[in-house]
Amino acid sequence: MMRYDSVNMPTKSTAVEPARAAAERGRLVLLCLAAWAVPGAGHIWMGRRQKGVVFLLALPAMFVSGLLMHGRIFPFELSEPLVALAAVANIGAGAPWLIARITESGSGIVTAWSYEYGNCFLIVAGLLNFLVVLDAFDIGMGRK
Amino acid sequence: MTSHFLLMVLFAFFVSVVFAVLLRDKPGEQLRTGAMMFGGFIAAAVVLGWLMYPLPL
Repeated sequence: MMRYDSVNMPTKSTAVEPARAAAERGRLVLLCLAAWAVPGAGHIWMGRRQKGVVFLLALPAMFVSGLLMHGRIFPFELSEPLVALAAVANIGAGAPWLIARITESGSGIVTAWSYEYGNCFLIVAGLLNFLVVLDAFDIGMGRK
Repeated sequence: MTSHFLLMVLFAFFVSVVFAVLLRDKPGEQLRTGAMMFGGFIAAAVVLGWLMYPLPL
């Protein structure tokens, strides 16, 4: 049976190939999980240390800035779609989001003048980390 | 810090840094792209702010 690899070159399937493909998939999943949990960890793992360190500094700093501005970490409320979407964006921040949830530091103060700015920082930090995870995935796939 | 403008500058800084590092590989290019993006954010915010100035709230 002929199979096609990532550059469309026909290769013969062997018993070793499925195991190797499964290991590669597992490695990519782990890479994405690490990149999500610790911003920049995926890039550091793939040897892009300079990029990884910048993400590691910038994204948690942005998230913490949002918390300091009394922004809110949104809960999943499917009855309010925009709140649910904001919650998904918050989750993108990874470990900082988890720590903030555990310590209940993202309750937000609606009356604070910087409340909306804080929300914006928290949401965008999560969304940017999703982009960083996708970039790490592309590097892992050999596309970059 | 109680300045809306400073918060906007901080936001522009973070977003520019992350996008510049994502999009470019060489440090020189990253710096140039980041600076251009940061300037663009600030300029756009100032221009949009003045365009909205006459609008009633």
